[in-house]
Amino acid sequence: MLNYLIKRLISTIPVLLGISLLLFFMLRMLPGDPAQVLAGQMASPEDIENIRHQLGLDRPIYEQYATYLSRLVRFDLGLSARTQNPVIDEIWARLPNTLLLAVVAIMLACLFGIPAGIISAVRPYSWLDYLVTMSALFGISMPVFWLGLMLVVVFSVVLKWLPAGGTGSWQHVILPSITLAALVIAFIARMTRSTMLETLSQDFTTTARSKGLTEKIVIIKHALRNALIPIITVVGLQFGLLLGGAVLTETVFAWPGLGRLIVDSILARDYPVIQGAILIFGLLYIFVNLVVDFIYAFVDPRIRYD
Amino acid sequence: MNEQLKPLLEIKGLVTRFHTLDGVVKAVDGIDFEVYEGETLGLVGESGCGKSVTALSILQLLRCPPAEIMGRILFEGKNLLELDREGIRKIRGNDISMIFQEPMTSLNPVLKIGEQIAEAARTHKNMTRQEAWRWAVEMLRMVQIPGPNSRARQYPHSFSGGMRQRTMIGMSLSCNPRLILADEPTTALDVTIQAQIMSLLHRLKDEFNTAIVLITHDLGVIAEMASRVVVMYAGIVVEEAPVKEIFKDPRHPYTQGLLGSIPVIGRKRQTGRRLQEIPGIVPSPMETPSGCRFHPRCSKVMNRCCRQEPPMIRLNEHRRVSCWLEAHSTVKKSQAGGR
Ligand SMILES: Nc1ncnc2c1ncn2[C@@H]1O[C@H](COP(=O)(O)OP(=O)(O)OP(=O)(O)O)[C@@H](O)[C@H]1O
Ligand SMILES: [Mg+2]
Repeated sequence: MLNYLIKRLISTIPVLLGISLLLFFMLRMLPGDPAQVLAGQMASPEDIENIRHQLGLDRPIYEQYATYLSRLVRFDLGLSARTQNPVIDEIWARLPNTLLLAVVAIMLACLFGIPAGIISAVRPYSWLDYLVTMSALFGISMPVFWLGLMLVVVFSVVLKWLPAGGTGSWQHVILPSITLAALVIAFIARMTRSTMLETLSQDFTTTARSKGLTEKIVIIKHALRNALIPIITVVGLQFGLLLGGAVLTETVFAWPGLGRLIVDSILARDYPVIQGAILIFGLLYIFVNLVVDFIYAFVDPRIRYD
Repeated sequence: MNEQLKPLLEIKGLVTRFHTLDGVVKAVDGIDFEVYEGETLGLVGESGCGKSVTALSILQLLRCPPAEIMGRILFEGKNLLELDREGIRKIRGNDISMIFQEPMTSLNPVLKIGEQIAEAARTHKNMTRQEAWRWAVEMLRMVQIPGPNSRARQYPHSFSGGMRQRTMIGMSLSCNPRLILADEPTTALDVTIQAQIMSLLHRLKDEFNTAIVLITHDLGVIAEMASRVVVMYAGIVVEEAPVKEIFKDPRHPYTQGLLGSIPVIGRKRQTGRRLQEIPGIVPSPMETPSGCRFHPRCSKVMNRCCRQEPPMIRLNEHRRVSCWLEAHSTVKKSQAGGR
């Protein structure tokens, strides 16, 4: 187990290197000059040149990457071009907000998605099933920002029940987390439905029924437990989608999280912050997948890591 | 024979149909038979003739597509088909339990072996967790699983096929049922294991005084275990007889075909012997042939067989057969009863 963990941790290093490399060069292919953006419209060519030198942007690109990398291995993400604060501080200030949103959204998604999928699978082709599958289709096809705006219109503007944006109270969390969860609920419901349909028709489910167990036990203890592996896989994968969704959701709801930090930094061509924040997203994603793999071993006795 | 006993299970005019997208599948098309207390009834027939569907109909375990079950299934005098969901649930595993063909897929892969036995006992016998667990270990010991205490804590993937089928037997006996429906319990196992499992089942059946409906392809197993045999073909019963007589004097051409036409003394000792090939195939339950269902494959087919369905002829108290040959030869003394 420990060996496996160490192996997995070591294997994240090339992944992170890959992310940093891709990101570094892709960012520099973006149109727009960071020095120009930073200096503003009125700046003279000398000012811009100065800033460029300050940021190290006048050196060859491979040299820039080497410097970046050598700092990275010392866990130094550099300074924000915009605010001159250490990037790590900027990220730390926003990360808890994004995590809060993501965790609430995932919990909502499991809380609604899994039961919806179970109900659908237990009564396939009933009106309840159609309701669930249609809503799931709706959830999947709906653009995140549009859903966010609609929720704001209905619950903040018309009904005035909930704040339209910002942070500070639990009410602020509701709309953005629902927005973020919608897509994930839909995916989880669909996955739960199809796997449950399968496990419900398997031999061991008939065996369970033949023992005279109640339908509730047959469904939850026998069928659902066997359907958990694919469901957990989807939850893990959706976490990545959620981080992407955070960028849009946080923008719509003026939520001070990592997603909005990224958007603001892209607009300002603040390379160090973009690189740092996306690297953190990558790390989070890797971490979640690691957790998922360990949950596998927990729910399925056939899976062993060594 | 068991004529002195009253029937434990009486099946009367059982019809099971599936409504599928391609049409109505009449998997079981009007069958009658009885099972007496403590006896082993062999149910034989080629693949697809409706043996499993019969067993699953008794416990109403057919789910998708929804099966339509008609007729009467009397267990200790009460009609199981009239029970509500809760009523039939209390029968399942408690009064009537089942052993399935596929030991590899019939056990739940993510639950401990002990738990899978214990949960039945907890459901029906009001045992506490510890009591049920101890009972499960006892059951494993009874079906001769070595080291039952530690084995109970393992999962099915560390059990061999034979051990899983032993577990299934232990599970099916755990609530001391009156009747076990064993649907080809040894077909998926290799021959040496088959014999062990069968002798185990035979011994425990006597110990618990449980009746068994033994569904099988294996005539050797029938010869050794069953007291009576019901032969099914294309969803109906074609012949019923005590086991000795069916080997000595099979009447229906289908039964004769199954036995390899000429009975050979000593054949029944060859365990593991499979059914003989009969030319042709079992008709699809969607389009049963006119007249006698077996006539397209029958070596003794007559004109009448193609047009008219033969009646069920009672030859004596223990024997019946559904064939025009018998109708002609026993025309004077025939007491045609039922179907
Ligand atoms: N759920 C179902 N839906 C539609 N048709 C079915 C269903 N289950 C069984 N049948 C059909 O009913 C017929 C009888 O099937 P059954 O499983 O009882 O055969 P069997 O005698 O047990 O055969 P085997 O020896 O292969 O187990 C088959 O033709 C089968 O295709
Ligand atoms: Mg079968």
